[in-house]
Amino acid sequence: MAPILSVEGLSVGFLTDLGFRETVHEVSFSVERGKTLCIVGESGSGKSVVCQAILGILARNGRRTGGRVLFEGRDLCTFSEREMETIRGKGIGMVFQDPLGSLNPIHTVGRQLRETLILHTDLDERGRQRRAVELLRMVGIPEPERRLASYAHQFSGGMAQRVLIAMALACNPKLLIADEPTTALDVTIQAQILDLLNRLKTEIGMGILFITHDLGVVAEMADDVVVMRHGRQVEVGSIQDIFVRPQMAYTQELLASMPHLNRKAPIYRENA
Amino acid sequence: MQEPQRSGPLLQVTGLKRYFGSGHETSKHATIKAVEDVTFQLRAGETLGLVGESGCGKSTTGRMIVGLEQPTTGAIAFRGQDLSGLSAKEWRAKRRELQIVFQNPQSALDPRLSVRRQIREPLDLHRIGAPSEREAAVTELMEAVSLPHELGNRFPHEISGGQAQRVVIARALTLKPSLIVCDEPVSALDVSVQAKVVALLEELQARLGVSYLFISHDLRVVKMLSHRVAVMYLGQIVEEGLTDELYDEPLHPYTKALLSAIPDIAMALRRHDSRRIVLQGDPPSPAAPPAGCHFHTRCPFARERCRHEMPALRAIAGEGITHKARCHFAEELKVAS
Repeated sequence: MAPILSVEGLSVGFLTDLGFRETVHEVSFSVERGKTLCIVGESGSGKSVVCQAILGILARNGRRTGGRVLFEGRDLCTFSEREMETIRGKGIGMVFQDPLGSLNPIHTVGRQLRETLILHTDLDERGRQRRAVELLRMVGIPEPERRLASYAHQFSGGMAQRVLIAMALACNPKLLIADEPTTALDVTIQAQILDLLNRLKTEIGMGILFITHDLGVVAEMADDVVVMRHGRQVEVGSIQDIFVRPQMAYTQELLASMPHLNRKAPIYRENA
Repeated sequence: MQEPQRSGPLLQVTGLKRYFGSGHETSKHATIKAVEDVTFQLRAGETLGLVGESGCGKSTTGRMIVGLEQPTTGAIAFRGQDLSGLSAKEWRAKRRELQIVFQNPQSALDPRLSVRRQIREPLDLHRIGAPSEREAAVTELMEAVSLPHELGNRFPHEISGGQAQRVVIARALTLKPSLIVCDEPVSALDVSVQAKVVALLEELQARLGVSYLFISHDLRVVKMLSHRVAVMYLGQIVEEGLTDELYDEPLHPYTKALLSAIPDIAMALRRHDSRRIVLQGDPPSPAAPPAGCHFHTRCPFARERCRHEMPALRAIAGEGITHKARCHFAEELKVAS
């Protein structure tokens, strides 16, 4: 079966004070249905720029300089802005790092969920209300009817991220792009969100493109992994390839610098 | 500098409490019990890891120890002297011995001072040594934290995050403190840089005998350099013990859940292994902590007694005296697991 998303030789550059500079160089990977591909890298490696380029939401001084982004076989780079608007939200759902900052503070969560449904579905008002309740229930928010009337500041970070996942999944997208979705959350809440994403992936059968700096999260989520550094892909492979048989020195270094839980802690000695 | 006392811990914190928003009877705002009855000690050259999730009171505890926050009640004894009664002037002198390193190095540095000036500033403020000696001390400190000489004239925006944290650590070391409170010192850094900063802190401790109160939400980092660990939940220490003891056999259900929630790279190889305890819901608000055991609303093992009676932090039968937990049923749960 053809992959949902196939990125081929994608390059991106930005116009800066120093002139035009290419910052992402020939990145290629593909995301299969029902699978998770993780892009892992340190800050400045270009992992978020790749996902912005796929979604067509690069900063104004940035543009794609080469390659193709095939979503269900069609090249997104040839789409007009209007066509992209229907793809974002309907074909591809998005979740970002800062959940409370991603919600509009002056509208209720229900209104924001219904807005997505107005834009992308032909449900009537009652249908939208029903679907909104169903979505909040699906992401594990207690008392969904009541919570629809709440504002962003009345949610904790973990609950707000659930709302954003509900919004991203409102139109049953084929692909979910999640850019560091648990980085701002506590570990016990992160565990809840990762479990939720894995459950929904199986239920809905979508593909996930998951961006993170944390190899521990990669280990729990990924089927396939792309390691990036300085705008280039260093290594691509299955989870076993990357964790058991890493080929590149950088991947090995990255794995070695991860704090291991099976390492012994230091022992205190008087007057050490 | 005072001679370290041979007997007794360097730092003894007893019954520390910090409530916010109280004191005004007309106030409609609820009292936030950020820190509730925290007791621990720290020896010279020792690292105590203080871990917990956001809002558990770990940073407030650290801030009280360096005098940035006044305790509501409780005692903080440093070399046997109570710090809570110190005036602002006395605190200034005391800060030579007690330093703090924050999470975001770029915002902890003065954007208008060069790296050398930042590190030198404490010496100027405390009038330590002749000006020429101060320059030599700065050079030595930069070497100690492996900052290349050329960086000396750069400004904070011209250096990387890892380098900036080294500058902050060098500046904290300038006055030769005996205790540094490290509040999430590596959380904003990339893993490869994290590993280097942690190694630097350990090396400095071995060489200078400085103690650290290492505050972090990241249990993986805490394990790398802590001799002992205390776990906080809603303002209280719920478990305390030697690092390996606590990680290998956690006694409190919260510690168990916290440890099992860590995304571990070993999971790449044993997927579908349902060892994980996923806690339901969010931590309750510190403005309205649950009655009884604070953890009972999320505890998978909670019983009737937990709803009414707050457990004490106590040594658990069959464990060493160093290992304590705040749970009525720690013995039973240990047998069950």
